[in-house]
Amino acid sequence: MKNPEEIFNILKEKFGDAIIEFASSQPVDPFITVKPNEIDKICRFLFDNDELLFDSLMNLSGVDDANGKKAAGQNGDNIIEGGTLSVYYHLESTKFKHKLVLKTSAPRENPEVNSVESIWRHADWHEREAYDLFGIIFLNHPDLRRILMPYDWEAGHPLRKDYKNPEFYHGMKVPY
Amino acid sequence: MALKTEQMILNMGPQHPATHGVLRLELELEGEIIQSVQPHIGYLHRCFEKHAEAMTYPQVIPYVDRMDYLASMYNEFGYVIGVEKLLGIQVPERVEYIRVIMGELQRIASHLVAIGTYGMDIGAFTPFLYCFRDREKILSLFEMTCGARLLYNYFWVGGLSHDLHPDFVRSAKEFVKYFRPNIKELNDLLTNNRIFIDRTANVGVLPLETAINYGITGPNLRGSGFKWDLRKDDPYSIYNKFDFDIPTGQGLVGTVGDCWDRYYVRIQEMEQSLRIIEQALDQLPDGDVTSAIPKRVKPPIGQVYSRVENPKGELGYFIISDGSVNPFRIKVRGPSFVHLGVMNEICKGHMVADVIAILGSIDIVLGEVDR
Amino acid sequence: MGLLDQQFNKESIIVTKVDDLLNWARLSSLWQMGFGLACCAIEMMATSASHYDFDRFGVIPRNSPRQSDVIIVSGTVTLKMAIRIKRLYEQMPDPKYVISMGSCSNCGGPYWEHGYHVLKGVDRVIPVDVYVPGCPPRPEALLEGLLKLQEKIRNESLVKKTA
Repeated sequence: MKNPEEIFNILKEKFGDAIIEFASSQPVDPFITVKPNEIDKICRFLFDNDELLFDSLMNLSGVDDANGKKAAGQNGDNIIEGGTLSVYYHLESTKFKHKLVLKTSAPRENPEVNSVESIWRHADWHEREAYDLFGIIFLNHPDLRRILMPYDWEAGHPLRKDYKNPEFYHGMKVPY
Repeated sequence: MALKTEQMILNMGPQHPATHGVLRLELELEGEIIQSVQPHIGYLHRCFEKHAEAMTYPQVIPYVDRMDYLASMYNEFGYVIGVEKLLGIQVPERVEYIRVIMGELQRIASHLVAIGTYGMDIGAFTPFLYCFRDREKILSLFEMTCGARLLYNYFWVGGLSHDLHPDFVRSAKEFVKYFRPNIKELNDLLTNNRIFIDRTANVGVLPLETAINYGITGPNLRGSGFKWDLRKDDPYSIYNKFDFDIPTGQGLVGTVGDCWDRYYVRIQEMEQSLRIIEQALDQLPDGDVTSAIPKRVKPPIGQVYSRVENPKGELGYFIISDGSVNPFRIKVRGPSFVHLGVMNEICKGHMVADVIAILGSIDIVLGEVDR
Repeated sequence: MGLLDQQFNKESIIVTKVDDLLNWARLSSLWQMGFGLACCAIEMMATSASHYDFDRFGVIPRNSPRQSDVIIVSGTVTLKMAIRIKRLYEQMPDPKYVISMGSCSNCGGPYWEHGYHVLKGVDRVIPVDVYVPGCPPRPEALLEGLLKLQEKIRNESLVKKTA
């Protein structure tokens, strides 16, 4: 059973500067930040390696970091410019019982992250949900479309911090 | 003259008596044999994650209840231990024991609904009435404690909202004594029933490799023969003080991992929950349940992933805090959301009537799928 | 006035108005299309079970809208689902009634403030006869809602238009 520090050293040795940093100062779980276009190679290594054997993806979540600048949009409402959208991966090994947290960040205007669906089929629906609610585009995903919102929802991606509700949808009034 | 055949698309729409809620399944059929199943969800998307960003930490608890509305105590359990880990507080021992008792009673209630509605889907109406009669007794125990039958708001960050009623321990012991022979009655009615076995054995077999790759957990994973239970493999609260077994599927009437195995794991789990409740009731210490509740919940900047063994599977909460009184982001990893993704894989090659049997054995709750 | 079955005192003959007879027939066997969406659906199932029996009022669950008289909308109505509810309501034959059960279908419930996908009350798409408050309402509350609906039907008339 390995702790996250040892796994970080193994990854750093193999992938060099695709691994950005190891953050362990805040409670509770330490996490490793990686580059978004290398995430699938790193996860493939974590899945296949005999000492690590991360065969189970516990969770995949999209996060709006809200670290950009507030600006005025076209209609006078507040939008955020710049900043990043992140994806967190929680991995686990059922054989060795160790856990790991990975994080990648992509710029808000062009959020593209490689998909890990070919490694763990579990990621299929989670990535569709992150696309639906945040707008993060997963490259090489077989079927990236909206999953929770209606297929013809045009008002944007709801869980972003600068999202604004539409007034009507198919003739029904949306606000209270 | 040769016959021309073509594939038919059949829509099991959002309003259907056997889909356990508002779920739409699009079946592609070649005659009666299924080529693919596409679930369409989102008919109950209630924007829980957006609400969580606007409420304070204690105000989120009633919303958390309403996700998996059949096992509300366990939803609260997972959220509350996550926030307590972030804050770094330790709750009194009496609180831990009461949480375990409530959680296990809730597990029995949830499995009763799963078994009753599964019987009703297959066509047997009587077990449904028997299961709901027994469930009413559990609900009256809950009502005695916190006043609500279905959605409780009982577990608070750092403790509980009310202490136990003075009659609770006696009533709970009476319930345990009353319920044990009813499990045998359910076995006679449904488990060993020839028609039930014919409809569920060898149907919807879930191989173990596929299950782990798709992220299946809970009774569905144990039905495929793998002994994985978060209460023993990643213990939380005080589950390491109790003595109970983990039932797994063994293919007694068909192949390992079919619908009958998953159903039988649930029946055996109810028996194990009764054992835990008996031990907890005997060892219950005294104390004050509200002493560790903080006046204002303001965790430091950080993030935590806490998970519990919900009756349906592994329920995970990923909570990110930015140092204020509102959570920055809460992502809920609901077991039913994950389990619905494997439907396409295990329904291939079966007939339309088997889809109902497979869907019932996976045991989903749409409130958790859509959040 | 009392129920009509208490007026049979000699030889199975009663004299009454056509209105009363039709209303009595309609309210005594309201077949429901249980439209269970969310948590309130579980309380509706518990009301149909043996502890708080729904069947003694003549209410049995039918699964098709074409065979039912009353639709009990129980649970949160989302925008995606509202379009389907409208279509189901239009498929029901007259006379039809709607009971809105629970806070979410009355007015949006706990999701009124930030719910971007929640319809704030099912009466924005279909006309409602009885509102049953609660989150979720107890089975006794749903039974009272049913009794109020029966009272409303008892006062209907063939000549005056309803709804």
